Amino acid sequence: MIKKGLLLILLVGFVAVISGLLINFTGSNELNPLASYYAEKGPTEVGAANLVTAVVITYRGFDTLGEVTILFIAAAIVGFFLKTMNADTNRPLRLRKTSEILETASTLLVPTIFMLGAYIFVNGHLTPGGGFQGGAVIATGVMMIILARPASQFNHKLISVLESISGIGFVVMGVLGLVLASGFLNNAFLPLGKLGSLLSAGAIPIIYVFIGIKVGSELTSILDSLKENQNEI
Amino acid sequence: MAQYLTLEFIAMLTGFILIIIGLWGMITQKNLIKLVIGFSLFDTGLNIVIVSMAYVKNSTAPIIDKAVDVSQAASKIADPVPQALVLTSIVIGLGVTALMLAYVLRMYREKKSLDINSYTDLRW
Repeated sequence: MIKKGLLLILLVGFVAVISGLLINFTGSNELNPLASYYAEKGPTEVGAANLVTAVVITYRGFDTLGEVTILFIAAAIVGFFLKTMNADTNRPLRLRKTSEILETASTLLVPTIFMLGAYIFVNGHLTPGGGFQGGAVIATGVMMIILARPASQFNHKLISVLESISGIGFVVMGVLGLVLASGFLNNAFLPLGKLGSLLSAGAIPIIYVFIGIKVGSELTSILDSLKENQNEI
Repeated sequence: MAQYLTLEFIAMLTGFILIIIGLWGMITQKNLIKLVIGFSLFDTGLNIVIVSMAYVKNSTAPIIDKAVDVSQAASKIADPVPQALVLTSIVIGLGVTALMLAYVLRMYREKKSLDINSYTDLRW
């Protein structure tokens, strides 16, 4: 009873705190100075039609590098935790048979999903997409493979090689920006091209392809570690 | 009342409701998986709140195309900075959720139980 009372007090207090924020909230009518700087200078300085991409990859690219690192560390820890669990048991996998519909549909859908993912991260500087979204879409294709063919094994070597190459590629592009242009992760060392065309915005499409491959392979390795532990339970 | 029937206000209200549901779930639920879902809801709610703060009245997505000309971009688009931050936040939320689920899997293997009351090792 006391517990419930305390919970109620806590929740009501929290609601009271945020309702003050909510009631006094009125949407802004114009951009703040920082955002209008990005809006005015972004298209000419960076050349990306999608201004969010310009902010994510160029103006605050260092953030994104840290973000990719965090995702890598999370994937590594998940793999580490679930690996040590696996070491002492050698039971064969008990698998439930998957339905024929899922198996047949996956052969058609998985390549399409991979292609959609690649489309999303290649067009990251033009449309509301990007490396993280495309990588996540690719991971859903991997999820479908796992569901349709639970006995299939992924090539761990290939996944880690892809992940390492794309991670190194991202940093190399950043350093190239430092050497050839004005700063770390500056995309302007390649020609900016015409605003809104596929080959524009300098190094952004290349960086986004690296990020897409990296995120896709990291999420694949997380899914794979979780899959290999389904028999433990 | 009419001032509360705007897009940004409704989005923010939805975000805060999700945050409260997530907090409630984190405090009351005994099942470890449901705890993780509570964290995830809290995270999603926060993201919606941040994006709703980025909205500028009668503006559109911060993408230069036929609808938004380069010369008048600053007066037509929503704030791109919070959206970029939310992109970061979503990815980190995903990483945190995956880690929590791995811990849950590991804990389940130790005691064969998802009930948080059966993990008393750190209780005082």
